Amino acid sequence: MTQQNRISGGQIDTSQTLKFTFDGKQYTGHPGDTLASALLANGVRLMGRSFKYHRPRGVLSAGSEEPNALVELRGGARQEPNTRATTVELYNGLLANSQNRLGSLKFDLLAINDRLSNFLTAGFYYKTFMWPAAFWEKLYEPIIRKAAGLGSLSLKEDPDVYDKGFLHCDVLIIGAGPAGLAAALTAGRSGASVILADEDFRMGGRLNSETFTIGDASGADWAAATVAELASLPNVRLMSRTTVIGAFDHGIYGAVERNNDHVATPDEGKPRQTLWRIYSKQAVVCAGALERPIGFENNDRPGIMLASAMRSYANRWAVAADKRVAIFTNNDDGHRAAADLHAKGVKISAVVDTRADAPRNNDYEVLVGAQVIDTKGRLGLTFADVRLADGSERTLECGALGMSGGWNPNVHMTCHQRGRPVWNDDLAAFVPGADLPAGMTVAGAANGDFSTAGAMASGVIGAKSALKAIGLKAKTTKLPQAEDAPINISAFWYVKEGKGRAWLDQQNDVTVKDVKLSHQEGFRSVEHLKRYTTLGMATDQGKTSNMGGLAIMAELAGKTIPEVGTTIFRPPYTPTAIGVLAGRARGQEFHPKRLTPSHHWAKEQGAVFVEVGNWLRAQWFPQKGETHWRQSVDREVIATRKSVGVCDVTTLGKIDVQGADAAEFLNKIYCNGFAKLAVGKTRYGLMLREDGIAMDDGTAARMAEDHFVVTTTTANALGVYRHMEFVRQCLFPDMDVQLISTTEAWAQFAVAGPNSRRLLQKIVDPEYDISNEAFPFMACGNITICGGLRARLFRISFSGELAYEIAVPTRYGDALMRRIMEEGAEFDVVPYGTEALGVMRIEKGHATGNELNGTTTALNLGMGRMVSKKKDSIGSILSEREGLNTDDVLMQVGIKPVDPSKPVPAGAHLMNLTGPVDADHDQGYVTSACYSPILGHHIALGFVKGGGNRKGEKMRLVSPLTKVETEIEIVSAHFVDPEGERLRA
Amino acid sequence: MRYSGLRVIKEALTGHKGWTPAWRDPDPQSQYDYVIIGGGGHGLATAYYLAKEFGQKKIAVLEKGWIGGGNVGRNTTIIRSNYLLDGNEPFYEFSLKLWEGLEQDFNYNAMVSQRGILNLIHTDAQRDAFIRRGNAMFLNGADAELLTTRQIKERYPFLNTNDARFPIKGGLAQHRGGTVRHDAVAWGYARGADSRGVDIIQNCEVTGFRRENGKVVGVETSRGYIGAGKVGCAVAGSSSRLMSKVDMRLPMESHVLQAFVSEGLKPVMPGVVTFGAGHFYCSQSDKGGLVFGGDIDGYNTYAQRGNLPVVEDVCEGGMAIFPAFGRARLLRMWGGVMDMSMDGSPIIDRTHIDGLYFNGGWCYGGFKATPASGFCFAHLLAKDTPHPTAKAYRFDRFEKGLMIDEKGMGAQPNLH
Amino acid sequence: MIINHPLLGPRDASEFTYLGDASLIDRPDWQSETAAQDFYEYQYLRDNPAGLHQELWFHESGDRSWLVVTRNTLTHEITDVQLARDVARARGRSK
Repeated sequence: MTQQNRISGGQIDTSQTLKFTFDGKQYTGHPGDTLASALLANGVRLMGRSFKYHRPRGVLSAGSEEPNALVELRGGARQEPNTRATTVELYNGLLANSQNRLGSLKFDLLAINDRLSNFLTAGFYYKTFMWPAAFWEKLYEPIIRKAAGLGSLSLKEDPDVYDKGFLHCDVLIIGAGPAGLAAALTAGRSGASVILADEDFRMGGRLNSETFTIGDASGADWAAATVAELASLPNVRLMSRTTVIGAFDHGIYGAVERNNDHVATPDEGKPRQTLWRIYSKQAVVCAGALERPIGFENNDRPGIMLASAMRSYANRWAVAADKRVAIFTNNDDGHRAAADLHAKGVKISAVVDTRADAPRNNDYEVLVGAQVIDTKGRLGLTFADVRLADGSERTLECGALGMSGGWNPNVHMTCHQRGRPVWNDDLAAFVPGADLPAGMTVAGAANGDFSTAGAMASGVIGAKSALKAIGLKAKTTKLPQAEDAPINISAFWYVKEGKGRAWLDQQNDVTVKDVKLSHQEGFRSVEHLKRYTTLGMATDQGKTSNMGGLAIMAELAGKTIPEVGTTIFRPPYTPTAIGVLAGRARGQEFHPKRLTPSHHWAKEQGAVFVEVGNWLRAQWFPQKGETHWRQSVDREVIATRKSVGVCDVTTLGKIDVQGADAAEFLNKIYCNGFAKLAVGKTRYGLMLREDGIAMDDGTAARMAEDHFVVTTTTANALGVYRHMEFVRQCLFPDMDVQLISTTEAWAQFAVAGPNSRRLLQKIVDPEYDISNEAFPFMACGNITICGGLRARLFRISFSGELAYEIAVPTRYGDALMRRIMEEGAEFDVVPYGTEALGVMRIEKGHATGNELNGTTTALNLGMGRMVSKKKDSIGSILSEREGLNTDDVLMQVGIKPVDPSKPVPAGAHLMNLTGPVDADHDQGYVTSACYSPILGHHIALGFVKGGGNRKGEKMRLVSPLTKVETEIEIVSAHFVDPEGERLRA
Repeated sequence: MRYSGLRVIKEALTGHKGWTPAWRDPDPQSQYDYVIIGGGGHGLATAYYLAKEFGQKKIAVLEKGWIGGGNVGRNTTIIRSNYLLDGNEPFYEFSLKLWEGLEQDFNYNAMVSQRGILNLIHTDAQRDAFIRRGNAMFLNGADAELLTTRQIKERYPFLNTNDARFPIKGGLAQHRGGTVRHDAVAWGYARGADSRGVDIIQNCEVTGFRRENGKVVGVETSRGYIGAGKVGCAVAGSSSRLMSKVDMRLPMESHVLQAFVSEGLKPVMPGVVTFGAGHFYCSQSDKGGLVFGGDIDGYNTYAQRGNLPVVEDVCEGGMAIFPAFGRARLLRMWGGVMDMSMDGSPIIDRTHIDGLYFNGGWCYGGFKATPASGFCFAHLLAKDTPHPTAKAYRFDRFEKGLMIDEKGMGAQPNLH
Repeated sequence: MIINHPLLGPRDASEFTYLGDASLIDRPDWQSETAAQDFYEYQYLRDNPAGLHQELWFHESGDRSWLVVTRNTLTHEITDVQLARDVARARGRSK
């Protein structure tokens, strides 16, 4: 089909032809077109269906406020539902489909809803579908859900990448219409660093859509020349295709740049879109204004659009909305559309002007004091019925009708920090209020300066005030002559007498009647109106619909429009892809990975890794022939306990504490005492939160009088460090103590098992005696290994075996692991992973995160007596509260199954042997569980009420969730070597 | 007026002339037996149950703005009772049971939709914790099911199980959980209360309390003094501000929680899913919008709006498990002010001042609690004894060391 | 938000970790007769003002300073930033 509605002129490149497909049919357009302009050029008026009644819909607007012409753009995994045809740049091969229909766009079976509309009024669903109760989920709701929604997601992984970036500027100018360009010229020529952002792919705003001249040039040419000058300034960054989505605190703006939405697919590795955080010292909002429609019966047919959109299509895109058009206006602006189209040779059926003093025109008929009262045309407008001033009626033949109900300044950005707009009677519109976000000024139509000259002048003023605020001197910018027509509007919101439906929110099918019903039923607050009728909740967030609804509610409530007020403007300004807000943080890149020093070595061994926070740790090291993880873990445990094993424990937090008051400081941090710890000794320490609950545990090794090395659990490394800095800086600021996290600085390995000393003796330089006498249990010291490499050695044991932890500078971690394995070959050394580590610590009865779960006290953990009362330590006082010290307080115990073949799963609860199984009779729960290859049965740790006195008692372990019930016995938590002989060997 | 399908049909055929206001718009009387401050979900539910379940009369609800304008009108609409601790689980299970009969009870379709809630599991320790929780739910008479990744994939085939940074290792489901049309909850309670004689007074801000002989006898408001036998405060989000008028310092901070909705989409999400390795949860409304959220912004605020870092963090969490959502568009973000309490659990209790009762500290979990909160607060107001399921929600639990700390985060509200 | 660090200049708030009311500096005397009550109030009760709020932020992804930030909880405007250590000393804390 040829482009039957294409006319001459415009800012499109007719020398090139682009092919595209809509609903399976091929069309052509030109570079510079949008999907909407190209469809209109091809005579396609029907582009979508409304949300509720499935009414046929065409374009209402020519911009991002479009509520009707929503399509599913592209196909496959790149399918984008709800894409506004008015903002889609045409590219060769573009594919789009209409959406929200059952059947074809022309014959949508769900259009039955339109016939039933009298039953489906605002809020009808709150009054029915209640019986029988179970039918809601089974019957009613599935039908409603299926009918609702708009477009469809492909549900395939989004194949495109998104970027994020940060920008800084003196002045951010939002919108590149006449005001924004004038502001940018002023600020740019003055030397400020300027960012000019505009959502459109062509800067100029309305200048591209109007026929005004500026100086000697057309508005569009002036805009192009201005953009060219700005582009030549090194201090100005021009960002077209960039929507500023929100104004956040302290001058930070979010902006989305659509880098590659105008091509079929981005080049390999290139982002589809970029989210910018723009840090501005000042911002000038030049976001323009949006024209509003008028409510009258059947004002939603394809072909009925905003008069300004009609001008945009004609002047910018060289498209006549139809061969024969009419205009319905309440202000002078509507006449511009008629004049422009007439000049382009389009037949003007008439201009219907509600005002009695409407201007006359010789080129076409003006119906003064008249109103459009109804329209006809099932899939597109054919006729408009007009009531004339004298009450008589007349029918106009037209395929398009332009509505001009006045303009709403785009105040969104000014309200993102809960500012409220104020009413301006002359404009019959809300304009920005005084409570603007800090650093923001508003200029141009967004501030109610609607004329071209007025907008440009206010852009200059806005820029000057921004420059002044940051101490820059503004250079004088002389503006060329431009149109400066006064605003002449007589508020007119909807045609009153009429039985049919007059649409306000075209997407959500909210009509004047719905607003009236909302008022009738008491939903009169503007927020109730919105929520009850869904007015303004569509994808345009009420940009084209809210004002009409407010005006009608004001009239019904006998209030003024400002008394009724607006709903709250919230970011984003236009809907924003979730993908760009996430950026690259997805898949494996969701969080950074921290690798242990022995990671590469472990990978070579075929280790299985597990996520521990951001760390990846070796979980176990499967050997040939092992088919189940338990085989590997059991082997690692047995081999370690029999001879020697090695485990990378670098992930444990390490904090260096130095200074004359280091010991005193640790006395505050730990509930147990540290002041008297001898140099060369290590001590277990339990840290409480100030509320008396256990925070973390670990060891502190006194390397020197004024130097401790503190370890934390992997999970709490960051939090403990933060807490220690809080105590140091905020509570005891004069203590002579310094802290630094050295977690990444030292690679640390546990070497455990009866042969661990013999193995280490092969590595530790001979001048260091690590015999049991010279280096007993809990000893620590600075040593050298492998012929001079500095290292730290700690004789501490998590496994309960004779064990050491040895630390070397991280860059030697990999080499040390290899050396240990090499030297340990004669002892059949094994590497062990976190699973074996866990098994051995449960066998030994050591608590970890499962036990220190943020609700347990030292008393619960069996360490109540560790809380020294002779000194001030964090958490000591509040740990004494009565509720934490009852007789039946939970106590950590060991648990073993009565039938050794049965597991004792973690997460199970414990009940007395007899009596009911319910929450009231809950006795405790299992925190950690494993199979002990040493004991040959499952074991567990847990908390039991009054557990200290219940050893030997048999109880029921119940896990109704996993359908387990087993008899267990409460035992000591120290399953292996309760006397600690091995670790002292 | 009773609502029904027949009524809708009848009105449709007669021009909808018969519909009357869902609640009256009365002027305040000079004296009530009960004045409830706060016309949100909890305040309206309190008045409703006071009248309906406890047979009380002369009740007013005072709302400074429009009813349902606080967090009941700005949340992610989730209901569930998947709690761990004894102080909480019976209460939330009671609430869920009230939800199950709510619409028939107050004759309003609030679209209580039990399409299930699923907490994803990513680590072994998390599984242990969820099993403990699931068992606690069972022991309190609730439902729960531990699902395998395969079972989850059947319901959510587009979950990322290919290259997830934190692989999904299962999930804890509560099939009776789901969502409710949040605004309709406020309206349903308002309508139900109004029809039982409760005066719902909008645009009536409480500016102070009047005390005689140490007892609260009424409230000063923007519409004049209103006497009261008992005053119940249910103004979560503004609790500290209100109670400061009687010089009470509360164990809570005010924080903002942002929430998000996408453009309308054809149904993809059957129920609610929460990500266990990041801050993200999501459901889909009956209108088709993906409704999602994550963590609070983390700093004290009353500003009812948030900042970009959390928006990005939430969307990152979303993309981590639902990479197909990249091309859906976020339509609107909003922020509500939360009473973040010191242990993450609420307070329903008498104050130390005679005649003054308090309900607050709901953190970001207040919506699902609405029916039980109203019921239990009504119980306390009417009988002066706590309802059995809410007896742990005392003021003095912090002093006594009886915290109800589900997350184990201690006295730092922004971590709950 | 942007926090104007007294040593480092303006830094994005996402570099910081928030703790809460700067009254947490005023840790009570553990040996006082009213220590139990004092610690309870210190740990749990907050003014939670709608307006100016002095609060503690930790420059976690930065120089690890604790800062006392004076910020309006209604507008988020920050009017003062000091090193917490200086504030603590000024409030009489020492060793």
